[in-house]
Amino acid sequence: MAFVVDMLVHATPLMITGLAVAIAFRAGVWNIGADGQFIAGATAAAWVGVSAPVEIRWLALIAALVAGVIAGAIWAAGAAWLRSRFGVLEVISTIMLNFIATYGASFLVRGPLQEPTHVYPQTSGIVSGAHMPVLVSGTRLHWGFVIGTVLAAMAWWVMKYSATGFKVRASGVNPFAARSAGLIDVSRVTTIAFVVSGAVAGMAGAIEVTGVTFALYENISPGYGYTAIAVALLAGLNPLGVIGTGILFGALETAAGTMQRNIGIPSTTASVIEAVVILAVIAIAQLRANRVTRTV
Amino acid sequence: MIDGTSAFLEGVVRTATPLALAALGETVTERSGIINIGLEGSIIAGALGAVIGAGYGGVWAGFAFAAVCGCAVAAIFALFAVTLRADQIISGTAVTLLALGGTGTLYRILYGSAGAGLNTPTLDPMSLPLLSQIPVIGRSLFVQSAITYMLYLLIPAVGWWMYRTHAGLGLRAIGENPAAAIAAGIRARRVQFLAVLFGGLLGGISGGTLVLAQAGTFVEGMSAGRGFIAIAIVVLGRWNPLGAALAALVFGAASALQFFFQATESNLPYQLFLAFPYVLTLVALAATRGRASSPAALGRQDFGQS
Repeated sequence: MAFVVDMLVHATPLMITGLAVAIAFRAGVWNIGADGQFIAGATAAAWVGVSAPVEIRWLALIAALVAGVIAGAIWAAGAAWLRSRFGVLEVISTIMLNFIATYGASFLVRGPLQEPTHVYPQTSGIVSGAHMPVLVSGTRLHWGFVIGTVLAAMAWWVMKYSATGFKVRASGVNPFAARSAGLIDVSRVTTIAFVVSGAVAGMAGAIEVTGVTFALYENISPGYGYTAIAVALLAGLNPLGVIGTGILFGALETAAGTMQRNIGIPSTTASVIEAVVILAVIAIAQLRANRVTRTV
Repeated sequence: MIDGTSAFLEGVVRTATPLALAALGETVTERSGIINIGLEGSIIAGALGAVIGAGYGGVWAGFAFAAVCGCAVAAIFALFAVTLRADQIISGTAVTLLALGGTGTLYRILYGSAGAGLNTPTLDPMSLPLLSQIPVIGRSLFVQSAITYMLYLLIPAVGWWMYRTHAGLGLRAIGENPAAAIAAGIRARRVQFLAVLFGGLLGGISGGTLVLAQAGTFVEGMSAGRGFIAIAIVVLGRWNPLGAALAALVFGAASALQFFFQATESNLPYQLFLAFPYVLTLVALAATRGRASSPAALGRQDFGQS
């Protein structure tokens, strides 16, 4: 039972950042910056959570989540703007923004947002009104997991059944065909998908702060945004599949943590496994695709 | 103040050296039409390889093993991106993740979970006679470690090879028009594979430089995005070896600023200086207005005919 709870708690940020990556990749946007957007969201949520008045319970929580969403969206919008305005490769810009977010958060928890005793590099705890309610009483499992699942289901529906989803998929598969045959404003569609992706990753950061850590720490993300790429690719970029792969990687990270404590297998091994998963997925896809082209 | 400026300029060239090495290799790789985002992986593998190699046979064994490790990581990338024609961005990201996690794991297995107190021999700066006497720039350019001098020789050598030899022409032809290059009898996949390996080789040496000419130790994740910055440097240097070297100097200056300001005891937060090279990368990429002069077939999975 404890393992299941830990697994689902670990799965929550992976699932939601994985969803963010899936949305971007579907639109042909290589958003490697879910990590930075996660940190931006976590920072904004912590800032609101620390300074919100205690009494208004739901309002403080919602304000923190909204702040996280906006911060994540803004962080992604920077890279989206650089891409559409200057043609800057988003792979490079989002990775640079990851580093900038990391140092930015480091500055804030050692400077303006540091807890009052100025001993630890972290903010004070967020007010209890901004805490995410617990899903199963007596455990750490919080409503963030449900929010993530609902978000994934919504994204799946939009991608599959709405006109917007069709435009996103068309832009990702073949931007030139989408532009000329489908009369789709590809630049606009990809920019929107990019910003939405950032908003979702920011939401993940806000949920982590309001549901798990209750404060902003220096290394709030142990690389969720990179694991998210494995989560999204293994799901075949399908938003519903992300729920399953998110839980799978949640289990992997929980097991890696346990193994490190018990038998000393380094937790960095988890990112090796993630990388192997990504490579295996693309190898299988490529071998299949190459075989088809050869037989034609 | 004169001493301060001189020390700063020396720091600029020292911090620019690994960036220039990696960017020089990536320039060759990208000229063949392949963008290797996994360069970061080669650098961190080179850094760990340097520690292992230096433990057995001193500084130069360290560099040799760093080059081998960088090459090995690049070979994994090439297997996917060149041989299997998988997406270059995804392959490169996965390879970076693999190398960052793999070096972290190996380091803890080999040297214990704390891993502290590990010291490797390092290269001392050598003062070149006469040249180091040149006012202002003399000391900064010619009181450096041997690896920097090797870089000085490598830049024109790669430039000459790329623009003045038949093989270099072939490389550039693949990056611009692969179909035409193949029609002319060039074995495009093989050349691309070798170009990726060359990039990995220099990436590994770049990581070795971080350890053997600078830090004297290995730290998990010590490549700190230099592979990605090097890719930005390639863009800024217009896919040209000399351009890459000059652009690397700009980024060396951005990184060296933090040492300069630490010395002057300013009250600015140190994170500002740590973040500065990354901000500069964004500004520089925006300023060069995208990929106007990039190899025409850069990043393409297929050659348009097969």
